[in-house]
Amino acid sequence: MLIFLLRRLVQACFVMIIISVISFAIQDKLGDPVQQMVSMAVSSDEREQLREQLGLNDSFLNQYWRFAKGAIQGDLGTSYHYKEPALDVILKKLPATLELVFCAILLIIIVATPCGVLAAIKPKHPVSRLLMIISSIGLSVPIFIIAIFMVYLFSVEWNIAPSFGRGETTEILGLWDSGIFTKDGLSHLLLPSLSLAIALMPIFVRLIRAEMMDVLQSEYIRFAWSKGLSAKRIYFIHALKNTMLPVITVGGIQAGTLVAYTILTETIFQWPGMGFLFMDAVSRVDTPLVAAYLIVVGGMFVITNTVVDLIYGLVNPTVRLASHGL
Amino acid sequence: MNLLSVSNLNVNFKMKKQELAALIDVSFTLNRGERIAIVGESGAGKSILGFSIVNLISKPGYIKSGSIKLENKELTKMNLRQLQEIRGKRIAMIFQDPMMTLNPVLTIGDQLVETIRSHTKITYKDARNIAIEKLHNVQIASPETRFDQYPHELSGGMRQRVIIASVLLLNPDIIIADEPTTALDVTIQAEILQLLLAICRDNGVALVLISHDLGVVSKVAERTLVMYAGHIVEEGPTLEIINDPQHPYTQGLLNALPQMTLPGQRLNQIQGSMPSLTERPTGCAFHPRCPYATEKCQQEQPSFIHSGVSSVACFLVEDMVNDFANQDEEDR
Repeated sequence: MLIFLLRRLVQACFVMIIISVISFAIQDKLGDPVQQMVSMAVSSDEREQLREQLGLNDSFLNQYWRFAKGAIQGDLGTSYHYKEPALDVILKKLPATLELVFCAILLIIIVATPCGVLAAIKPKHPVSRLLMIISSIGLSVPIFIIAIFMVYLFSVEWNIAPSFGRGETTEILGLWDSGIFTKDGLSHLLLPSLSLAIALMPIFVRLIRAEMMDVLQSEYIRFAWSKGLSAKRIYFIHALKNTMLPVITVGGIQAGTLVAYTILTETIFQWPGMGFLFMDAVSRVDTPLVAAYLIVVGGMFVITNTVVDLIYGLVNPTVRLASHGL
Repeated sequence: MNLLSVSNLNVNFKMKKQELAALIDVSFTLNRGERIAIVGESGAGKSILGFSIVNLISKPGYIKSGSIKLENKELTKMNLRQLQEIRGKRIAMIFQDPMMTLNPVLTIGDQLVETIRSHTKITYKDARNIAIEKLHNVQIASPETRFDQYPHELSGGMRQRVIIASVLLLNPDIIIADEPTTALDVTIQAEILQLLLAICRDNGVALVLISHDLGVVSKVAERTLVMYAGHIVEEGPTLEIINDPQHPYTQGLLNALPQMTLPGQRLNQIQGSMPSLTERPTGCAFHPRCPYATEKCQQEQPSFIHSGVSSVACFLVEDMVNDFANQDEEDR
């Protein structure tokens, strides 16, 4: 277990170095931040001076070295726009995004598992067929169209749920602005998390269905039937546990994708999270903020994948974490 | 009364365009404590027969007609819930490959205890005690440790022992063993077979052994059914069938045993191969491979006739029996 975690740590370091190089290289190519920072009236001499001050005229390697040195100490540069450390700006927005992603994952698990199981157990049932049709539609329609459609339907036409912002939030332990403890906050969470969940739901329904159908064909399921166990026990203890092994692996990778999808969802619903901030930062050429975002998201990827591997080891007895490759 | 009686069982596979017959008019009986064997090549329908007894045929197979009676209960008419009470408790099954039969993510103990607890109201602790006792009965060393282990921590032979223990949990009347030793190491085969035999004998359990290995069958079964292309072609006491096979197919099977060939010579074989479900020949299904086939064999299906202590479905044997009878008459 300890060896596994140490290995993972080394691996994570490599990944983070690569991410930092890439995000820094992007920073270099995004355009001129000075143009966004100062007004039209500032002369080109003064602009050049500012550029020198910010170190934008140094060589790429020099700049990267400065950046990396800071990054190790937790300093990812200062946001040009907010005039605050970029990491602080990002981390302030982290709770909103995490809550959104968490709710979306919860929705996916709650909805996709029973749907996938049903579609696998009774493939010819009309409901299963309907599920398959809906899921293939869901796979092919882009998420922003679904999101905009939902805004139109739920907010504009029926006026059930608000379409932008986080609503009322409460502070927990002075660190975390949470929207899940107030009714208003929850109602604001509804549409964004739903549209985020819908983006990945079809994949999971289909994955669970396919895996479960495979498992149901296996000899140990037949043996379980021959022992006279109840259908409930066979489906939910014998089959589901085996079904979930590959689903957990794919789920871990997809959880990262979910973070990427938040950029779209947060922009559509004006959700004050990291994705929304990122879009702002890109349009303002706030390069330290862009780089900081990429690094934080990269870190989240690494952490979720490690957690997923740990869960996988718990569910699958044939995996011993210590000897688990890399 | 017979413990189990199967009569005129027909099992079909429902395909998109056609119905394929996998079992045709299969009938046999099994008495309490009796051990019978079902032999034949791959594709003869032996496993399907085994699975159809507890209605576990995989789709698209289904029981088309016929009856399977456990004492006086008709199994083919039962719903799932009634069948679940029979499965495991009165009729238990052992499968071919022990590496595939146990669920990899549940412990041995879980898989044993759940069987007991789904049939009887009993505390976990009591069920655990029964399970450990049965593990002990099948000669598993330190059953308490094994109880908490996962299948992948056990060897193949060990797993088959666990499976045998698991079918014994509820003291069933019948064990159906589908090629229980085929997937095992040759050295372990004999041990498992001995164990199975001893357990059936000691507990008075009836055994239906499905096998293609006549050597195995001769050691275990009192009576043998020979199957070919969905039909039972010969039935009789095992010794009789081995020493005096009547049906040309049974003769061919026995001839193909390695013991029947001198060292250094080519092994005997039956010409041709088992017809697939889609291309079953007319008349006697064996006629294309039979060295004695006549025109009659190509057109008509032979019915079962008694010959000595055995029953055979073959025109050749039928003619011989009839000749004997006529001779008898003339002599009188």
